[in-house]
Amino acid sequence: MGRYVVRRLLQMIPVFVGATLLIFLMVNVMGDPIAGLCGERRCDPATAAQLRHEFGLDRPVWQQYATYMGNVFTGDFGTAFNGQRVTELMATAFPVTIRLTVVAILFEIVVGIVLGVVTGLRRGRPVDTTVLLLTLVVISVPTFVTGLLLQLLLGVTWGWIRPSVSPQAAFGELIVPGLVLASVSLAYVTRLTRTSIAENKRSDYVRTAVAKGLPRHRVITRHLLRNSLIPVVTFIGTDIGALMGGAIVTERIFNIHGVGYQLYQGILRQNTQTVVGFVTVLVLVFLIANLLVDLLYAVLDPRIRYA
Amino acid sequence: MLLEVRDLHVEFRTRDGIAKAVNGVSYAVDAGETLAVLGESGSGKSVTAQAVMGILDSPPGRITGGEVLFQGQDLLTLREGERRRIRGARMAMIFQDALSALNPVLTVGAQLAEMFVVHRGMSAKDARARAVELMDRVRIPAAAQRVRDYPHQFSGGMRQRIMIAMALALEPALIIADEPTTALDVTVQAQVMDLLAELQREYRMGLILITHDLGVVADVADRIAVMYAGRIVESAPVHDIYKAPAHPYTRGLLDSIPRLDQKGRQLYAIKGLPPNLMAIPPGCAFNPRCPMAQDVCRTDVPPLYEVAGDHGGERVSACHFWRECLHDRS
Repeated sequence: MGRYVVRRLLQMIPVFVGATLLIFLMVNVMGDPIAGLCGERRCDPATAAQLRHEFGLDRPVWQQYATYMGNVFTGDFGTAFNGQRVTELMATAFPVTIRLTVVAILFEIVVGIVLGVVTGLRRGRPVDTTVLLLTLVVISVPTFVTGLLLQLLLGVTWGWIRPSVSPQAAFGELIVPGLVLASVSLAYVTRLTRTSIAENKRSDYVRTAVAKGLPRHRVITRHLLRNSLIPVVTFIGTDIGALMGGAIVTERIFNIHGVGYQLYQGILRQNTQTVVGFVTVLVLVFLIANLLVDLLYAVLDPRIRYA
Repeated sequence: MLLEVRDLHVEFRTRDGIAKAVNGVSYAVDAGETLAVLGESGSGKSVTAQAVMGILDSPPGRITGGEVLFQGQDLLTLREGERRRIRGARMAMIFQDALSALNPVLTVGAQLAEMFVVHRGMSAKDARARAVELMDRVRIPAAAQRVRDYPHQFSGGMRQRIMIAMALALEPALIIADEPTTALDVTVQAQVMDLLAELQREYRMGLILITHDLGVVADVADRIAVMYAGRIVESAPVHDIYKAPAHPYTRGLLDSIPRLDQKGRQLYAIKGLPPNLMAIPPGCAFNPRCPMAQDVCRTDVPPLYEVAGDHGGERVSACHFWRECLHDRS
């Protein structure tokens, strides 16, 4: 197990370098970052050259990348063009997005798994058909439609929630945005759990558990659920990274100043340092989440032995 | 009688129609007795056992008639809660493939201990100690260490021993073993059968041994019930059947066992296929495959004729021509 973790950590290095290099190059061809700094007017060539030198933009790309990565490992993500440190931006943005992701994941786990278990146990009955239809609707309607619709109905028409989230972004305010962010994954978790439960329900070991005279709830929780949740856990785990990076649309709709919002602003203003910095952290989150899922897999399923 | 099944009917309602899996099966087992239930796949032998245990998949399965008397009580009239307390505690079942019948993500110790926790309300620690005892009892080496292992870490024979230990845990009065050795190597089969027979004698349990392997039956069974298309076609003390079958189907089964003195000759096989349970032929269900079939076999369902047995004990055959069958031993 220990050797497996070490090997996985080593494997993360090339992935990390590849992903960050790619984003670094992409941001580089996005356009001249200096051009955005001078507002509407064209920059004075002398000032532009000076700025270029200041930010190290006159050096070759590979050198810029090397310097940048070197700084990143000392915790320095550079300075945005407006003079704000990128780490400062992260310190305000990430807690908000993490709260939003936590809300979304909770929805996936609680609502998704409960619906999946209920429908999986009653396959072919009206509950099952209804939920299945609903998940199909949720999956096929884009997030921005569900988001705007909920915002309009709950926020404006009925006034149950504030249509836009305050800068503090407390947990209470993030319930509806969290649900919107989770919606598509929630539908997938429901379907995945349903299939898995329905499949395992017919398995021999569940029949054994019934033949042992165990009460129904014990058969379901201890024998059926434990086995059925293995693929679901994998899905939810890998979804953590996707949710944090994919919150751009949701954060825009509800005006949440999180990672998605900062990334969006960064791209609009060609703020290279911000974009690269945030994406670098997201890549790390992705990699760590995936590693944890793989390790959790071994805990849940003893048949998987890591050599 | 420990267990008496009377005129049991089970059907499966599927999209394609109603499959009549069990059509009026009656059999009985006494304490300390072994009844072998013999038949091809789809003959209804496992479905009958599941109905007795109360673990029939329903829907689609449904018991449409009959009685299951266990220690004098009709199980089919009990509520699910009452039946659950009997399952595992007073009657237990051993399944065919222990690898799939044991939960892959729980240690064998946890799965054994569960019996004591649920049925006897024991503490986890006491239950675990009993689990180790049980594993010792079925002769699993180093039981105290292996109790923490998962099913996939055991060999096939050891896994089936764990299944036996689980069934034995609460010393039930009746054990139903559904093809307990089919998934095992031939050498291991004998060991597992011997163990099962030994434990049965020791605890004086009734044993229903479901199998399609006539070789297994001869050594351990007291009585044999042969099933075909959801019916019992012949039921007799084991020696009577081997000596002279009173039903052409039983004879066909016996003749299809490979024998050393028949070496070099083609092995006998009953021609045709078992009937479709949604369209069981009229008359005797076996008539399309029967070498002795007459017109009456295609119209009249044969009743269970009483056959005089050599060894005493009840003997019946569902063949209009059981006399001819019995004496025509060529």
